[in-house]
Amino acid sequence: MPFSNLPLLVYIYQIWEEEGIEAIETWNVGEQQELEGDEESKLSIALDINSTCAKVAFFIISKSMNSPTPQFVPSRLGIYEPIHQIGIWGENFKSNGNPNTSTSVIVEVDNKLENESETTSHEMLTASNNYKQEASKPIDKIQRRLAQNREAARKSRLRKKAYVQQLENSRLKLIQLEQELQRARQQGLYMGGVLEGSHIGFSGTVNSGIAAFEMEYGRWVDVQHRQICELRTALNAHISDIELRILVESGIGHYFELFRMKSTVAKADVFYVISGVWKTSAERFFSWIGGFRPSELLKVLVPQLDPLTEQQILEVCNLKQSCQQAEDALSQGMEKLQETVSSTVAGGPVDEVSYIPQVATAMEKLEALVSFVNQADHLRQETLQQMSRILTTRQAARGLLALGEYFHRLRALSTLWATRPPEPSLP
Amino acid sequence: MDKVTRLASENGLVLFSKSSCCLCYAVKILFQEIGVTPTVYELDQDPEGREMERALMRLGCSAPVPAVFIGGKLVGSTNEVMSLHLSGGLIPLLRPYHSMC
Repeated sequence: MPFSNLPLLVYIYQIWEEEGIEAIETWNVGEQQELEGDEESKLSIALDINSTCAKVAFFIISKSMNSPTPQFVPSRLGIYEPIHQIGIWGENFKSNGNPNTSTSVIVEVDNKLENESETTSHEMLTASNNYKQEASKPIDKIQRRLAQNREAARKSRLRKKAYVQQLENSRLKLIQLEQELQRARQQGLYMGGVLEGSHIGFSGTVNSGIAAFEMEYGRWVDVQHRQICELRTALNAHISDIELRILVESGIGHYFELFRMKSTVAKADVFYVISGVWKTSAERFFSWIGGFRPSELLKVLVPQLDPLTEQQILEVCNLKQSCQQAEDALSQGMEKLQETVSSTVAGGPVDEVSYIPQVATAMEKLEALVSFVNQADHLRQETLQQMSRILTTRQAARGLLALGEYFHRLRALSTLWATRPPEPSLP
Repeated sequence: MDKVTRLASENGLVLFSKSSCCLCYAVKILFQEIGVTPTVYELDQDPEGREMERALMRLGCSAPVPAVFIGGKLVGSTNEVMSLHLSGGLIPLLRPYHSMC
């Protein structure tokens, strides 16, 4: 199929990165341009190693790349159907110095051989012929370069393929895990139901309450992290007490926000809150009635607050004691609740099929669980409030920073633990 | 004078409770830890229990039990007792009526 009056070849391909080879080999002939002058200067001169972005653009060549020129064209290219333009394909890759992220494209070039008695082609032919007559030295150099480029491109393609494969596998794994999680959750909810038909609608509401909480909690953690960084910066920058107070107030308020969120979702599913499944594994390890222990909070804070005045030391000591007492009281109340529910469920004859009375009574008793979760959160809130009252603004800021950093580290610990290398299996 | 108010003013520390209520149990434990002994009335064991529950609700308690009175005055439920204790106000309030160990 004849070409007619196509602009002459613009043939660009780029290989890049650690092959270290010429990034761009361009033969920039342009439109109706005559090839004149030194052959070497015409050919493959543009060496542009662009390590931060690879724009790949390739156009089709016209039939002008004819018989004399095959040696300049990668030999893997066969004869293709003429397409006027493969297209402009722009990709930006950021180089982060990682030699394994190179990528390459080789233009598929149509080098359909067509003889046409057109001025331009004729000129090209002449020029090419001239070129051919030159010493083979520049041709060798170019050929070598082309071969290197091809090799680099091939390697790059293989690497890219492997990487994509890896991504695909990870994606499948993720989908699998999500499905498992969903199934496990639903099983948990199913167990919580009593009678057959009743829990299907209920669990829909529960699910949406839980889903809403999870989304909000994710945001809460992000804001928490931001606040910690702000506190750290503020403390190092020695800003005024008034400005610091604002940060302290919003920090404390942020915890109160969490308690409000938990109160709402506890009404939907108190077991969800108590299980601590919404927290990371290390945090869960320390969980007490659906959250952190207030006494633990004080243990984390107080060492960070030196120096304290005599009065402060006394007040913190009193707070520690009353906090511990309140905690013990709630703990024992929870134990009592467990005993009560357990004996209710276990009660009654087992050789009868119907367990409805026992389970129904237990349901009533479990209502108390919501109160306990609320009381535990109330205790956490009061502890924070009292500490805020006892401490100076600067101390309170340091305390909030220490507390936030503590939970942040626990979360990091959870991640590290989850991704630790598997233990080698015994032979 | 209704029964609740009468009973509340008879002793320094009065707790209205229900034997099945675990939160009431927690409050009892708290007093135990502090070292005081409240006078406890279990509403589920009192023939006028229902009436007393209603009276407590009228006094402003969100839940009838646990309800704590000190010196005849209503302190509140679990929330209020906990807040008072953490702020250091519970023990001074009890001191006139109880000798602490």
